[in-house]
Amino acid sequence: MKSLPITIDSVSKAYGSYVALDDVSLDIQAGEFLTLLGPSGSGKTTLLMALAGFVRPDSGKLLLGDRDITRLAPNKRDIGIVFQNYALFPHMNVLANVAYPLALRKTPRAEARQRALATLARVKLDGLAERNVAALSGGQRQRVALARAIVFEPRVMLMDEPLSALDKNLRETMQYEIRRLHDDLGITTIYVTHDQREALIMSDRIAVMNSGRIQQIDTPQRIYDRPSTRFVAEFMGEANIVAPGSVRRIDGAEVSRETLMIRAESFHLDAKLVGGDGVALEGILRAKAFRGENWLLTLALDGGQEVLVCIPAALAGGCAELAAGRRMTAYAPAAKVHAIPGAMA
Amino acid sequence: MLEAYPHNRLARIVLWGFAALVMAFLMLPTLVVVPLSFSASNLLEFPPHAYSLRWYENFFGSATWMAALRTSLILGTLTALIAVPFALLACISMNRLGGKTAASIQSVLLTPSITPGILLAIGLFFVLAAQRLVGTLFGVLVGHVVLAVPVACIVLLPALARFDWNQVQAARSLGANWARAIGGIIVPQLRISLLSATLMAFLTSLDESVISIFVASGRNSTMPKLMFVSLRDQIDPTIAAISTLWTAIVVLVVLIVALRQKS
Repeated sequence: MKSLPITIDSVSKAYGSYVALDDVSLDIQAGEFLTLLGPSGSGKTTLLMALAGFVRPDSGKLLLGDRDITRLAPNKRDIGIVFQNYALFPHMNVLANVAYPLALRKTPRAEARQRALATLARVKLDGLAERNVAALSGGQRQRVALARAIVFEPRVMLMDEPLSALDKNLRETMQYEIRRLHDDLGITTIYVTHDQREALIMSDRIAVMNSGRIQQIDTPQRIYDRPSTRFVAEFMGEANIVAPGSVRRIDGAEVSRETLMIRAESFHLDAKLVGGDGVALEGILRAKAFRGENWLLTLALDGGQEVLVCIPAALAGGCAELAAGRRMTAYAPAAKVHAIPGAMA
Repeated sequence: MLEAYPHNRLARIVLWGFAALVMAFLMLPTLVVVPLSFSASNLLEFPPHAYSLRWYENFFGSATWMAALRTSLILGTLTALIAVPFALLACISMNRLGGKTAASIQSVLLTPSITPGILLAIGLFFVLAAQRLVGTLFGVLVGHVVLAVPVACIVLLPALARFDWNQVQAARSLGANWARAIGGIIVPQLRISLLSATLMAFLTSLDESVISIFVASGRNSTMPKLMFVSLRDQIDPTIAAISTLWTAIVVLVVLIVALRQKS
């Protein structure tokens, strides 16, 4: 199976005065697993539906390989799609659902049956071929939807929040399995989610979207550690956006005059664990909460700004005894202090 | 209704009695033609003095009545075959468009069911006259389809509103063109509603008299038109025999469909 790269070139889409996609450009490499991440209404599903052919862009171009598919009918795109609610056909059994795209392609019955069974085995549904769709659990339906989307060997796969209806444990298993399936098939995949952890775990690259625009596109690590905008910083996790001036260098040197982003879990309470080029924040302990694997402390800086400090339980020997109202200092290593460009803060 | 008075026997008896009276009031006028049709007399008389099947023989032996029966059955079938697919496509587009556009399409489509039949018939007569189509089967068919489309839409619209449209998108993404997505995914799942719509469209045509009186003529007269004309010109119990058969056919069709829906 040969997978193809996708080019999204200046695509815009408006519904009346509401701009769903605002001049979006994006290159996805062949075989890449790319996640569109953003809050609801950010345009990620609109972009996915434009690729699928169910939304026609007002302007811009969509290329699959070097073929322009902007105005191609959805049934001619050869793109496998997994829908949020699975959209299985309730009037067909599991095998007929999976064999449906093959039947449409006039594959001989025996071959279609054999390929559908092989695909069901690939998603670990052997033995359920003759089941009624209504008799399946949520996780099993998810797998049928997956099998149906890959059985005809599409060159691209689109997934629209496919795990949002599953419970937490099953979701984590499926994250791993979808990624493994992607690696086995080598198929270019665009995955839509609003779950940051899911995006970080599964993706080669993440495109963070907000208000119809791509805010940043990068590897999960860089998206998390080096966000280019305040929105990305805050959307990806417990981020503290610290105004210039409320931070001092441990070794007393000058601190840059930029807005800084420090993640809650980057802090230590012991200056010795942080190099001399690290930073220190001083404030009053407002609140503390035990969250199992860590403690979350809320520190009020002298300027009044509140900072979240997250200390792993294993390193937080004294946290249980800390009393609210006491003055304390949190330290972060230089590598974990990230400057957000002025215009983006 | 009756469960509301479980302990009050008198109230239950009164309610049952009242319900029975309502049923009798609605049903008896229809059923009174049954004994009339088996009368041996030349006149419509109740109760009949002697019984015979001569009026049924008269009906089945009459070339005029047989032609009208044929015309009505053909018209009913054609009306259903045209109106239901048209209504299905119209309902799909209304379902997809939504909002004001769908509402205006809907009000246009449903107008014939609100307009007085006589106005529709007069209007249709002039339109068909201009096209020299008065008296043709096609002319009556147009009128019946116009009447059957709103009936079919009323059955299909709520069924489509409950349908999960993602399934159509899934089918499209898997390689189905529009026709296959509608035929392979929507139609099988809406089959019960489509069956009801077909029956309603068929009965709408079978039952229709005003348009037929204005537009149909001669060989293309429908059963209701011929019944009306024969009631006016010559009253004999043939009409009672026909009415009995007519009622039996309709009850039978409705029963078959109702039983199929249950299974």
